[in-house]
Amino acid sequence: MLRSMADAVAHRGPDEMGIHADGEIGLGHRRLSIVGLADGQQPMLSDDGNLLLSFNGEIFNYVELRAELVARGERFRTGSDTEVLLRLLALHGEAALDKLNGDFAFALYDRRRKRLMLARDRMGVRPLFYTWRNGTIVFASEVKALLAFPGVSAEMDVEALDQIFTLWAPIAPQTAFRDIFELPPAHLMVVENGHATTRAWWSLDFPDMGETDDRSEADVADQLLALLDDATRIRLRADVPVGAYLSGGLDSSLVSALAARHVGNRLRTFSVTFDSAEHDESAFQAEMVRALGTEHTSVGTSGDDIARLFPQVVRAAERPILRTAPAPLQRLSAHVRNAGYKVVLTGEGSDEIFAGYDIFREGRVRRFVARNPNSAFRAHLFRRLYHYLPGIQSQSAEYLAAFFGVGADRLDDPLFSHRPRFRATAQTKLFYSEDLRAQLGDYDATAMLASRLPARFTKWHPLHQAQYLETSFLMPGYILSSQGDRVSMANAVEGRFPFLDHRLVEFAARIPTGMKLKGLDEKHILKRAASGLVPASITGRSKQPYRAPDSESFRNAAYVDDVLATQTGLFNPNAVQKLAQKARKGAMTGFRDNAAFVGILSTQLWHRQFAGTSSSLTENAA
Amino acid sequence: MTTAESIRSFIIENFLFGDTSQDLGDDVSLIEADLVDSTGVLELVAHVETAYGITVKDADIVPANFDSIGRIAAFVASRSSAAKAA
Repeated sequence: MLRSMADAVAHRGPDEMGIHADGEIGLGHRRLSIVGLADGQQPMLSDDGNLLLSFNGEIFNYVELRAELVARGERFRTGSDTEVLLRLLALHGEAALDKLNGDFAFALYDRRRKRLMLARDRMGVRPLFYTWRNGTIVFASEVKALLAFPGVSAEMDVEALDQIFTLWAPIAPQTAFRDIFELPPAHLMVVENGHATTRAWWSLDFPDMGETDDRSEADVADQLLALLDDATRIRLRADVPVGAYLSGGLDSSLVSALAARHVGNRLRTFSVTFDSAEHDESAFQAEMVRALGTEHTSVGTSGDDIARLFPQVVRAAERPILRTAPAPLQRLSAHVRNAGYKVVLTGEGSDEIFAGYDIFREGRVRRFVARNPNSAFRAHLFRRLYHYLPGIQSQSAEYLAAFFGVGADRLDDPLFSHRPRFRATAQTKLFYSEDLRAQLGDYDATAMLASRLPARFTKWHPLHQAQYLETSFLMPGYILSSQGDRVSMANAVEGRFPFLDHRLVEFAARIPTGMKLKGLDEKHILKRAASGLVPASITGRSKQPYRAPDSESFRNAAYVDDVLATQTGLFNPNAVQKLAQKARKGAMTGFRDNAAFVGILSTQLWHRQFAGTSSSLTENAA
Repeated sequence: MTTAESIRSFIIENFLFGDTSQDLGDDVSLIEADLVDSTGVLELVAHVETAYGITVKDADIVPANFDSIGRIAAFVASRSSAAKAA
């Protein structure tokens, strides 16, 4: 049984398999060997045989931690970061977590105390799921492994589905699977005597609104760059070569520029390109490749490629998704792996911690408009925010004010920044079946989200409130999972994110809001820090969020009608049929229709692959 | 079929994908009821231009003319009569 569970996640660790089973605990481990190639086998036992560790991820500061431990008299058997983690946990227990700079999910079993500890990194880079079966806790990096455990079955959690169709992601600990849970980021769970307790061991915090900060921009930019440089340096630690993704935007360009200074050889970089000009950033990528002199590979992705890969993406993500954007990244990771690379640096996290997303600027403009709703010109600012969306460019100021005016009468609403997005996304529920509506009753995903906010939330600046929502919910729930870990580890490629080094995250949280979003200039302080390392044409370009063609990708996909027709009872079949017809005609350009189409298709695929009868769809479609 | 009925059936078909359970009275705000987004407005305008043979100027694309079935019908009527008078 342990072997079946481990096999279900073999894609995450194709290099080795280790199994430990005794009367009390069973641990299976699939290893992707990156540090301590010859001697980092897992599960790993402590010298006295009492502690047993299975760990996915990396401890980037393991070199410094190891030196500290050696100075205390610890003697190491291996060169792996796993042993550093094990010895640290043996010495400090839960307090060891505070010392870790890394992306990790691990299980530690204390045989003497019969005590299991599960823990997850601060930002939620590495996943950890669990369920209970007859008083036994079963846990794994992916749900697939849990489904290999006898008696665990897959059923849609309709509340989580509604969360996705409102917020884009489920709210941990809920997952798309009923009775299967995710340990939230920065949480630890202790299971002892059949009783489990869960608590946060770290949390994102911001200064109170109005707190003064006299630092100059120049000083902040210098400190920022020094931290990012060190975060990049320690993320290059590996016994295998490390590459980098280069999207053509500021974040990955800066990370690549810093990495290129540290690596002895030419840095190897990779990127996605698109056929459609609307999504393609290859000109900017080429510019950075020229500037850095990297050895670069770009992977062209068409709509047909996205459609072909999409069933596998849903299988990797293990949840419905409203966008196809993870698909090109899964294709990219396959190319990275084929090029002989297991580790890549990326620019993820920067938009969250330095306020790069449009939603932050949108919030500021909405508050500006709300102060004088009768102004004839204020609403025109929305056009500046969404320069890449033709549907917004052609709107009158009156319509712009109406669309973005949602919640303008409730400026103290904790979800103010995200109300227009949540409301626009929730329009996809039009396609819910009567039965699903009845099951949900008056369930409100936004109220659930609001109930999870920390007490200190109301003391923060509105920009920091919006950053918290992005960083603590959408980032782990979508960006780092469906669009991150799951699509890279599907091909055994580990993503590393210098911007998500906790030292930098904590530093960024204390940067004055006016330095992050200066007027409507997003990531202002980061641009300043990057000048001299990244060409002005990159730091000065208009931000283009990473997107991929959505419903238009599926116009030639033969499997779509069959999948949409699957009787799941979740959606209204007649409405879905009309939506599919509209998509086939290429008449869908709006957000609602595209999100609904991709969301419904992925839900149906999820149902087929997990809840439905066994299907060879993935293989056929690939 | 009156203009209002015709607009109503266009909205049901294109924005509600056949769902007739929603209140679609002449005075219901299409934005407030989450029936149209920024793209939906442009689809509505294109439909009005095609179905009624009128040209909608940019300045006319405002909620006062397009945010309810009643307003759209009134707008179409005023533009049609203006065209006849010209």
